Amino acid sequence: MKSSTFLSIFIGLYLIIFFGYLFGPLILMSMTAFNSSEFPRVSPWECFTLEWFDVLARDDALITGLTNSLIIAGGVVVLSVLIGLAGALILTQVWPRLRPWYYTIVISPILVPGVVLGISTLIFWDRLGTMFDARYDSVFYDGIFLTIIGQSTFISAYCMLVFISRLQRFDPALEEAALDLGATHTQTFRKILLPFLYPAIGSAAVLAFLASFENYNTTVFTVIDQSTLTTVLASKVRYGINPSISSLAVIIVAITLVGAIAHEALRRREQLKIERGEITDSSSAAANKMQGWLSGNPAMILLMLVFVAGLGTVWFGSQYSPNQCKVDVRLQKELLQQRQGPDIFSPQGGEQTQPQAPAIPDGSGSGASDTNPGRGTFGDVFDPGNLEEGEGAAPSGEGSSGGGSGDDGAAVQSPGASTFGDVFNPGNLEESAGTGSQE
Amino acid sequence: MSAGVGVELDDVWVRFGDFVAVREANVNIKGGEFFSFLGPSGCGKTTILRAISGFLEPSEGTVSIGGANMAGIGPNKRPTALIFQNLALFPLMTVWENISFSMEVKGAGKKERRHRADELLELIALADQGEKMVHELSGGQRQRVAIARALCAQPDVLLLDEPLSALDLKLRQHMRTELRAIQQQVGITFIYITHDQGEALTMSDNVAVMRDGVIEQVADGQAIYDDPATPFVASFVGENNVLSGKVTALSKNVATVDTNLGKLRARVATAVQGGLNTGDRAMLFVRPEAVGIVETGSRGGNKISATVVTEEFEGSNYHVFMETAAGEPLKMSLVNKGQSRASATGTKLTVTFDADRAVALPVGALASE
Repeated sequence: MKSSTFLSIFIGLYLIIFFGYLFGPLILMSMTAFNSSEFPRVSPWECFTLEWFDVLARDDALITGLTNSLIIAGGVVVLSVLIGLAGALILTQVWPRLRPWYYTIVISPILVPGVVLGISTLIFWDRLGTMFDARYDSVFYDGIFLTIIGQSTFISAYCMLVFISRLQRFDPALEEAALDLGATHTQTFRKILLPFLYPAIGSAAVLAFLASFENYNTTVFTVIDQSTLTTVLASKVRYGINPSISSLAVIIVAITLVGAIAHEALRRREQLKIERGEITDSSSAAANKMQGWLSGNPAMILLMLVFVAGLGTVWFGSQYSPNQCKVDVRLQKELLQQRQGPDIFSPQGGEQTQPQAPAIPDGSGSGASDTNPGRGTFGDVFDPGNLEEGEGAAPSGEGSSGGGSGDDGAAVQSPGASTFGDVFNPGNLEESAGTGSQE
Repeated sequence: MSAGVGVELDDVWVRFGDFVAVREANVNIKGGEFFSFLGPSGCGKTTILRAISGFLEPSEGTVSIGGANMAGIGPNKRPTALIFQNLALFPLMTVWENISFSMEVKGAGKKERRHRADELLELIALADQGEKMVHELSGGQRQRVAIARALCAQPDVLLLDEPLSALDLKLRQHMRTELRAIQQQVGITFIYITHDQGEALTMSDNVAVMRDGVIEQVADGQAIYDDPATPFVASFVGENNVLSGKVTALSKNVATVDTNLGKLRARVATAVQGGLNTGDRAMLFVRPEAVGIVETGSRGGNKISATVVTEEFEGSNYHVFMETAAGEPLKMSLVNKGQSRASATGTKLTVTFDADRAVALPVGALASE
């Protein structure tokens, strides 16, 4: 009994950590897309905003990269699926003793590092172009074409693996049966083998698309002077990032999620249909059709929820304007800078802070001072020269804000704390005492 | 109905590397006949079928269908249709699409195909099941769909590769009758492959018994059973008591064989008449139902004394398992006519069999159990 509860707690904890590890980064990144902060971060949370989606839509480099990525992915899908299918079919036809050798050779591009593939593609086509005296705007030096070719070298091997596993489940007697019934070899392929392979063609296409879309290490070489989404993102990370990248991530995650859930929902529905068809029959099935559509199909329910959430977000975004909030935040920041400037620069303020409250000063300060009616009096603080005056003028205001930044206030409110701070900072003993006496 | 088209195998050999799958096969199958190849698994009967259907070219010899040499003609050009052991119905098509596939590849319109499929569905008693998928049908229904699909191609010869082996006993017996009925209805040549002697004997006009790539005997069911040509056929088809010895006398095709149970007389099999001589070692095959208890006071004939080991009651028959004086097993089957069966274990019996109902053959390999 006891050990079983311990075990279930342990498993629960493990699951939380496991899923946190898997999805934590995704969730955090998605959240940063809705924070108005200039840098992708969740804390401090400033304002809910959809402006980064706007920024994303107006980022020409990113959009060009995305378009190129989609074009390349499309080309790779067509090329890889065809090559992969041909490769897999040959494997089933080739002389059995040759099969392992053939397999090893065709699969080897997967084992070659993508960087090597990229460089070799580039060099190969450059040599070829030189041989034909091709100009630099010809196809031999076209980034998109080379990227399609370069990526397909290994993605077609992925596709081939998908096809091989499907072909292994194919009953060759079906082909013989078709031939025996008078079909030509072409008809047999088109009417028997190809329909059997449709699901595999679908999976291979999705796989090829994803592999191409996210590829960086081959693409970075073959793309030459052009760009794909990954290369644009990489350069952005180097030259400064903003949350519009997060909003792109949110869109991609949302599309993936909806696609996956929709697929699952459809699959479940088929399954339910089969189960119900066996248990009841076509006649009585109509009666429970209405509930049946949703009942027992959590994926369908989830899909509906995601859909509703998406609609809600878009509606909310069109109604809500974060401008007021942003103005407030900007004001706070300015205030904070003004107030903190002197704190940071004055040796006394900065050092005294440490022992009392190691927390980041601007965090607690900005949050609290939002509601502080006395912030108007801070006006004087802008001038570093007025330090002494400021300290004198607003002791009560700072005191209520509390926290780390209110070192002076704290000293005023609780003399004990002040003296405590002084103990840690013997060099400032006189100064601190002076403040206290001023009061 | 057409009279059907004959199939002829002329000195056909099939080799796979060093392995000889079919050895010197000579068979003449008449048009409209129900012909079976019977043999244990691995005897080469499926190889022969594939050679006839065109999936395999014989290494030597010729296959002719309707008098035409089939060498170099692919399976899709031959007037044959094959029903596969696993049926090989197309899983992604509905029943009627399966049936009319042979018309589809010839470019027939949908209406025409549907019409023909409905006709055939009527024939196999599956009317209005045409829209179903294959996996929704039961085993016996799939069986019939496979037959309809093959018939739709309007073949001159229908080849069946153990199509009933996957069915349970009841269904198998039912399908036997049905297959035979369909064959008589459409009147085309059926070539049937099986390892089940019951199937072969009940359905076929003629049976070829095969062993290790060699056709041992071609005859009708009764001849195969009553007048086997080799010890293998005698022991493979039905049950037989085997007694071996030396031929001491021959008269009018009746051999006297000196066994360790004494001198026994048996008819010399038709196939070896003139080939079995005095002094040869021979085997006697006696069917359990040919064995009977000696009536008191009868004289002459073959007499064997034996001890009852056990008895099995089967309803219409009962079988008495005995042991001869030489320690060999002997089985006797008696028809249940209501007679008293008091033959408990250990009872000593004297049994007999008619010389005419036993067969003498030269010594040869028996079928392994």
